[in-house]
This record gives sequence, C-alpha cells and structure tokens, in this order.
Amino acid sequence: MNRSIIISSVLHLLLILVTAMSLPFLAKKPLDIPPIVSVELIQIAEKTNIPFAPKAKKIIEKVKEKEKKLVSEQAPPKKVKKTKTKTVVSVEQNEKVDNKTPEAVPLPEKTVKKIETKKENKQNPDKLDEEVKQVSEFEKKEFVDLDNIAKLIDKAKIESADEIKKNNDITQDQDRNIENTGLTLSEEDALKAQIFGCWSIPLGLPYNENLLVRIKLMLEPDGSVTKTEILDHARMNKPGQAFYKVLAESALRAVKLCQPLRVPTTGYERWKELQLNFDAREMLEG
Amino acid sequence: MKKKFIILFLILIFPLKVFALIEVDITRGNLNPLPLAVSPLAIDEQSRNEFKKIIKKENIGSEISSIVENNLKTSGLFNPLNKDAFLQAPEIANLKPRFEDWSLIKAQALITGKVTFIDEKLRVEFRLWDVLAAKEIMALAFTTVPNNWRRVGHIISDKVYERLTGEKGYFDTRIIYVAEEGPKTQRKKRLAIMDQDGANNKFLTLGNELVLTPRFNPTSQMVTYLSYFKNLPRVYLLDIETGTQEVVGDFPGMTFAPRFSPDGKKIIMSFAKDGKSDIYTMDLENRIVDRITNHPSIDTSPSYSPNGKFIAFNSDRSGYQQIYIMKSDGSDVKRISFGNGIYGTPVWSPRGDLIAFTKLHKGKFYIGVMRTDGKGERLLTENYYQEAPSWSPNGRVLIFYRETKTNSDGEGFSAKLWSIDLTGYNERLVTTLTDASDPSWSSLLSN
Repeated sequence: MNRSIIISSVLHLLLILVTAMSLPFLAKKPLDIPPIVSVELIQIAEKTNIPFAPKAKKIIEKVKEKEKKLVSEQAPPKKVKKTKTKTVVSVEQNEKVDNKTPEAVPLPEKTVKKIETKKENKQNPDKLDEEVKQVSEFEKKEFVDLDNIAKLIDKAKIESADEIKKNNDITQDQDRNIENTGLTLSEEDALKAQIFGCWSIPLGLPYNENLLVRIKLMLEPDGSVTKTEILDHARMNKPGQAFYKVLAESALRAVKLCQPLRVPTTGYERWKELQLNFDAREMLEG
Repeated sequence: MKKKFIILFLILIFPLKVFALIEVDITRGNLNPLPLAVSPLAIDEQSRNEFKKIIKKENIGSEISSIVENNLKTSGLFNPLNKDAFLQAPEIANLKPRFEDWSLIKAQALITGKVTFIDEKLRVEFRLWDVLAAKEIMALAFTTVPNNWRRVGHIISDKVYERLTGEKGYFDTRIIYVAEEGPKTQRKKRLAIMDQDGANNKFLTLGNELVLTPRFNPTSQMVTYLSYFKNLPRVYLLDIETGTQEVVGDFPGMTFAPRFSPDGKKIIMSFAKDGKSDIYTMDLENRIVDRITNHPSIDTSPSYSPNGKFIAFNSDRSGYQQIYIMKSDGSDVKRISFGNGIYGTPVWSPRGDLIAFTKLHKGKFYIGVMRTDGKGERLLTENYYQEAPSWSPNGRVLIFYRETKTNSDGEGFSAKLWSIDLTGYNERLVTTLTDASDPSWSSLLSN
C-alpha cells in the first residue's frame, strides 16, 4: 500500500516537473523595450517663429559657402543665381529673427555633428543641395521650393493610390473567400454604376404602381449580351399596364447601351446568366 | 439505406445558391433628356409644290418635323439631336433606317415619316424607331385638310411622348389667357386663345370690358370667365366655336373665381355678400344653385378633384389665408397647408395626386405643389409677383403668369406667361403677342 502511494506520488511529481519545464508560457522572455524617442517641447505662440540655433546657423553658413564654391566650379550659372538669392535672403531674415527673439532653441549637438561629417564627405553639388535643405529644417518657411512641394504631393498621391490598390486587392480576395457563389460587392457595384449611367428613366411613369422590371441576361465572357428576356413579359400587353412596357423597353435600352457590361474577369460560369431587377420607384418618388 | 441518407443529407446542406441566378438590383438611373433624332418628313416633288400653293410653306415635311422637335424639346424630357449630324436621307430613313448610323450619333429613338398630297388632303405617316433595339415601335398615319398641318405636328408629338414616357402628352392643346395692352393704370384686357406653343393666336373679346380668370371646360370647348357688368364682376360662359356668351346666374352680389366641374356640367364659384364670401355651384342644365360653404370668413378659389368627389379652396377662417379641402357637398372641411406664409389659388392636378398653389411669404411669390393631404410641399419657382397656376392635361407642367416690377416712373411693367414642369428645372417663357395673364390650359383636343 505504502509502496504504491510512493510510486504514485513520485510519478505525480515527475509529471508536474515535466509539465512545468515544457510549457512555453512559463518561460520568461526578456522584455522588448522600444528605443527611446526624444521629444523637444516648445511653446506655441500665436505666430510661431522658431529662430536658428547659433550652432546650426554657423553650420548652414559654412555649408552655403562651400556650396557656392562648388556651384561656381561645377553647376550651370542659372542655378547659381537662384540658390544665391535664396540663401542670402534667408540668412538676412534669420539674423533679424535672431535679434528679435533671444530664446533660441538649440539644435542637438549630435545631429549637428553627424550632418557636419556628412557634408565634409560630399562633393556632388546636387546632393549638397539636398543636405542644405535637411540641415535648414528651421528655415523651411524661407525655402519655398514649389517643385519640391509638387514632388511631395505627387508622391503622396502615388503612395495613397498604391495603398488603395492594395486594400482593394485585399477586400476583393476577402470577398471572394466569403462568397464564391454570387458577385462580390465590388463587382456588383461596378456593374450597377455602369447601368445607372445608361438607364434613362421615363419620367412619366406612375410612381405608385409596381415599377419592377426583371430582365434575364445571357452573357459572353467579355460582358457582351447575347440574349435578353423580360421575365414578366405577359404584363407588357395587359390593359392598363402600358407604362410597364415603356419601363421594360427603357431597361432593355439601358442594357444594350451599356454593353459590354463590366463583369468580373474570372468565374464566367458564375455570371454567364444574370438577372437585373430594374426598379424606378425610388427615383420617381424622389 | 445509410448511404441514401448520407446522400440526401449532403444534397440538403449543399449550398443551393451555387445554382441560383445572380440578381442585381438597379434602383437608380439618369434623368437626362432622352437623345432622339427627328428626321425631316420625306415629301415628293409634286406634293411639295401643291402644299406650297395652299399653305405658303416651302417644305411642309420639314415644318411638321420642326414642330415635333420643338414640342419634345420644350418638354425637357427629350434632347432632339442636331439635324446636321444626320447621316441618312429622310426618304431612305423612313423606309429602313440604318440603325448603326443613328446610334453613332447617340440617338436612342428615331422619328421618320412621309407627307403626301392625296385628294386635296394632307396625308402624314410617321414611324417611331427604337434605335438600340433596331425595331419599329410605332407607326401611324393621319389624313386631314392641309390647313391643319400644325395640329398634325402636335398629335405626332403627343403620340411619341406617350410611347416613350408612359403618360399622355399635352401638345395638341390650347391656352386661353387675358391679353393685356397699355399702361398699368389703364390696361386694356381681352380674352385670347392660342395653341400651347404660342401659334394661332386669336382675340375673343374686344376689350371694352375688363375680363379676368378664364377657365376651360375639361370636356368641351367652352370657357367660363369673369367680366365686369355695370361695375359688378359677373361670371360668364363663352362658346369658343360659336362665339356666344351668357351670364351665369343672377346673383345680387359679386360672383368670381369660376371653374368647371370635371364632367363640365357644373360651375363652381365664389359669391360675395355682406363682407363674406362663400362657395356655390350651379348646374348648367337646370341652373340650380347649391351653397357649399357657410362660414363667416372669405372662402374662395374652389377647384374640384378630377373624380369630382372633393373640392380644394382657400379660406382665411384660421386667421390667415390657407388651403382647405372638403367633400363636394361641403362636409369634412380639412386644412391642408400649414407652412409659413399665405396660400392661395389651389388647383387640383388632372392626375389627382397633387395640388398646385400660389404662396406669398416674406414679400415673394412662389408657385408650388403639395400632395392632397398637404404633405410634400415643393416650391417650384420664386419671383417678385406670380400667380394663377394651371395644369397641363397630363399633370406634368404648370402654366402661370409673372409680373415685373415697375420703376420709379411707373414704367417697365410687364406680364408674361411662363411654364414650369414638376421637376422645377424646366422653366420657360411662353411667347404671346401682347402681355398676358391668367392662363388656363385646355384638355387634349384630339381626345
């Protein structure tokens, strides 16, 4: 009896130990501490006018002197004039600003040093030009380069377009995964938008009547319509339903005007037969 | 057995949607005017010469097609395409249109036709084609006296309008109005009648007495209007064909704002006495007068619903002039206008769904419509002074008159007829020979 109790307790202990050792969540991972981002706080007045830090100013002046030399040696004369005038104006303005506002915000020394070393290595005037702009972070107001702004805007557009494209791809894929029998929402919307533009609604229809026309289409893979069939055809010749004939004809015209229809590029078997339900009541009731 | 159950189970749970027809709901479309081509009606050389002698028109085929084109364009629902873009000659287009050519210029419908001179008469045949479906959707022929050529144009317009919109047209109609001439203080007012497009204008009275508010009988070519007799306004009846006129009833006070009942057998009007006015009807066959309202307020401008069961009128019984409806026997009076401002001249639409009215608010006049329960008020047009809306027979367009402000010298005054459709966008000046006011639209002549 005692023996069996001992064996049982030993086995239990063994089991607990194995479990404790092997379970992953018990193992403590070292904390992944993100790098510290230093933030400088400045007071925002009604008109924010940030002056140059004295060190930064000196660096900029040096850079500009170098740039002038480089430009005179390598760059075409037109560009020299442009940069010269710009820099002169900006420096003068900055000096004025400096006099007015003594509380200058110093640029972190490390950054300045880095930029300085970079500048020393640079030979190409074009690249230097970029460097100057980077250094003169504070004088953005003075350097209004429209070309650059345009580039930024264009870039922003491209980036956003890429993002939209990516998102669309994702949603379409998701849609397909969710529903692989009918049209996806985006496919349906594309088709609807196309037909909305083609359907001229006859304005004289009595909006308190049933204004639903159902049309069955047979489609080619390229979206062209091979056959149309009005599903409630009998109603067209009923007395007092002349408006229905007018409505049905307008719907058929819309289909013909729109073809080839904006159908999905894949899954022809899914949509080779399609039913369009034209309902004018919403539009006519206003 | 087990296998069968499994198969049955699989069939049941298998998504049946795979085999279902994909449905797409189209609930929106465009309300742009429908592009259509009105090809000039073809005419042979002999017929052209004959018509030239009779009606003094170079090419009656082109003239008729111009009337059709103008009518459809003014409706605001169609966009007739420029004839210069047409690739097919009228003679050939009437026989067999080349649909590719017409769809190339974006025409969705095509009107072709032919005019011939047969037995001293004008014969016009026309065809309406659905360009996209590449088929004929209507073909009709009319024979009439040559002088009726304008009416043929209007009838073709009505047929095309009805076939393409689903409601009756309003082109083969006439408008009666008060033609005005002279300075504002000494206006000479005459009754005048014209086609809805302004052609064939005729004056019906000489202008010796002041005439006001002419209204068409919905079933025949009779007109009721108000004229002054011994300085008292009286309601008159005028037969347009014969020119005979008579006073309606012999009331001791003023009678005004007359209008026919939908069957044309009664006249409903206001009768004023002792500072109050009430609504009365008079049976035109036996001249029996019935009092409809009896209230110590001013009840006026009565208008029947198209089925004759209700009457809309305006009354100041609530303190301000508002629109009310009641049963045709005067019971169940119910106020329907509750907006800011003063409401007047209610006119029931021939379709029965809307009531048109004039509204005065903050010094401006509006022409608007509301549903018969007073809901859905829509103001269609705003101006310095405008009133007296009258419905086209299909209940889609309103005609009314608008006066302009005089300057400090008392000059610059004018009164013109205008039309507006229910969308509120298609507002047009109706051309008249003189200044004009108080228009009334007839029913379709070709009914």
